[in-house]
Amino acid sequence: MERLKILKTYKIYIGGSFPRTESGRYYQPVNHKGDKLGNICQSSRKDIRNSVVEARKAFSVWSEKSNFNRGQILYRIAEMLEGRKSQFVDELIFQSLSKSNAEKEVNLSIDRLIYYAGWCDKYSQVLDSVNPVASSHFNFSINEPTGVVGLIADQNTSLIGLVSLLAPIIVGGNTCVVIASENLPLSAITFAEVLNSSDVPAGVVNIITGFLDELIKPLTTHMDINSIAYSGKSEKIKKQLKESSALNLKRINVYSRDWIKPVSQDLYLISDFQEIKTTWHPIENIGGSSSQY
Amino acid sequence: MNIWSKVSPSEKSKYIYRIARLMQERARELAIIETLDSGKVIRESRDIDIPLACNHFFYYAGWTDKLQYAFPNKKVSPLGVVGQIIPWNFPLLMAAWKIAPALAAGNTVVLKPAETTSLTALKLAEIIRDSGLPDGVVNIVTGYGDTGAELVNHYDINKIAFTGSTTVGKIIQKSISGSDKKVTLELGGKSANIILEDAPIDQAVEGIINGIFFNQGHVCCAGSRLFVQESIYDIIIKKLKRRIDKLIIGDPLDKNTDIGAINSKEQLNTINNYINIGKSEGSKIFQSSYKLPNKGYYCAPTIFTDVSQSNRIFQEEIFGPVLTIQTFRTIDEVIKKANNSPYGLAAGVWSDKGSRVFNLSSKLRAGVVWANTYNKFDPTSPFGGYKESGFGREGGLHGLSPYINLK
Repeated sequence: MERLKILKTYKIYIGGSFPRTESGRYYQPVNHKGDKLGNICQSSRKDIRNSVVEARKAFSVWSEKSNFNRGQILYRIAEMLEGRKSQFVDELIFQSLSKSNAEKEVNLSIDRLIYYAGWCDKYSQVLDSVNPVASSHFNFSINEPTGVVGLIADQNTSLIGLVSLLAPIIVGGNTCVVIASENLPLSAITFAEVLNSSDVPAGVVNIITGFLDELIKPLTTHMDINSIAYSGKSEKIKKQLKESSALNLKRINVYSRDWIKPVSQDLYLISDFQEIKTTWHPIENIGGSSSQY
Repeated sequence: MNIWSKVSPSEKSKYIYRIARLMQERARELAIIETLDSGKVIRESRDIDIPLACNHFFYYAGWTDKLQYAFPNKKVSPLGVVGQIIPWNFPLLMAAWKIAPALAAGNTVVLKPAETTSLTALKLAEIIRDSGLPDGVVNIVTGYGDTGAELVNHYDINKIAFTGSTTVGKIIQKSISGSDKKVTLELGGKSANIILEDAPIDQAVEGIINGIFFNQGHVCCAGSRLFVQESIYDIIIKKLKRRIDKLIIGDPLDKNTDIGAINSKEQLNTINNYINIGKSEGSKIFQSSYKLPNKGYYCAPTIFTDVSQSNRIFQEEIFGPVLTIQTFRTIDEVIKKANNSPYGLAAGVWSDKGSRVFNLSSKLRAGVVWANTYNKFDPTSPFGGYKESGFGREGGLHGLSPYINLK
């Protein structure tokens, strides 16, 4: 007789721990064969709110880490993912992917993390500027993280879509509340386990599973979220995002890329989640002004 | 758009340079019209508004044929037709901030000036016509808010750039939610000006005055929340009051005038209403004893002390010559207080110690930080806010990105 497979319970990830949804509900998405993928938390508004509190708390911790250090941690995430590659490949296959596509997606996810790890201590050198103002001032503009970002992950992929936006968001010092793919949620939660063992401070990334219809509103109307990233093409969701973001003027970034393509990574995904701060300081022009060296 | 997109980048550049030159030629005329129309003092329109407006065109003219250097690894293309709506506090300067980068990036423009200050924008239209810029590339349409709404909701506009109140900014963002229009918003503020105990006192007092009374306080980045470290509070307040009493209030066309007229009756009512709220909230008021002119809309420079964090005059943008003052003991305390606002446009820090200045300047959540100075602007210097002060930058290389597509 065939061994009975364990139908795993996947718990959400908030503030560095793995609670069940506060609502106590679950759902069971299925794969192409009709197999149940697991017991998945059907999270509620309260879970979003708890996540935002944790993400806000983690913001100063994460954004004040040196860029070098953030790069090290990103690289560590890639290492941990590499070490658990086979688990991710199996899960992707279980979520209806072919073996070769599953392997491709996991490899690409690892490489993408490495790519952004490398940007950590470089993007500011490309994107910041010293500005030659006409008055006697030293003036420079730097990129700073926008704050807490709500990420509505790509619904058509389980891992690569999530990683492709999460990485540029956190590379820049933001913290994040993620709504995972509704029907393909397994890799997101397993990825949370990777994050949890990769020196990423608690609260920097929070991952929620559940029904998009129910979760988008509490995310986009939350007054302590600064920016929303949405990967997808739904006109209805886009309209909803823009409409409710007006409440506290969230920055909205919508992407309809094929994340499997190697070109779907670049510097400008980092700058989408940055604010420019310009600082002025007078220069005192006394002595040495006509120095001939 | 069809005509403008066929003009080569280097030729586009020359058109924009021409506009800049013609504005310079007519600078005096523009300054006088600006002052007559808006009530701002001639010293400011002559020395700040108009030269900065010209220089903005000069700066962006040069970007036109160099855009590929601004965004490494990307192909740059214009957005199309951009709708721009500007406020009444810096009428010509705001027109320049909007039009120059839009043209340089290859877009065409429909601009609506504020209803109380349309004159210099119409003069600019004359200048643009005289420059030979192809017809239709820049269009200037005057009107009230409903004209602005028509612009925002027009189906054939690709992007909206708005400078004005946060309330209207939110309405705009909401009303375009069903479209793919891009938007940048430069909105209100309630900026913190922070005086540390080791600050150069006299310079700081001048900085406070300039921070709040520049352009009658009709400045989105005005330093309207003053934080003074407790140990120097008495001396700062004493000097500040003495200085306020010496400010000359009156005829905006007189070059000795420090404080000109309030832009409109409505705005004067708004300001006076806030002054009454301040009194009823229990804060202590001090106003200049200078005799205000009998005719016209004038408001005496006003400071409120004993203000608490929850008072409306401390939370809400007044957009007038009204300063609210609080004290603090520690740096951590002032960072928390300063950041405790839905706005995040600008901030000022006064201290003689570099490490302290950089500690504060990096922890303040604001788009512009003036250290040991205030209210400085330059075409090369990006300007714009965090949080509910809007998004997108104007000025500098970063001011190009709101007007381009990257591929």
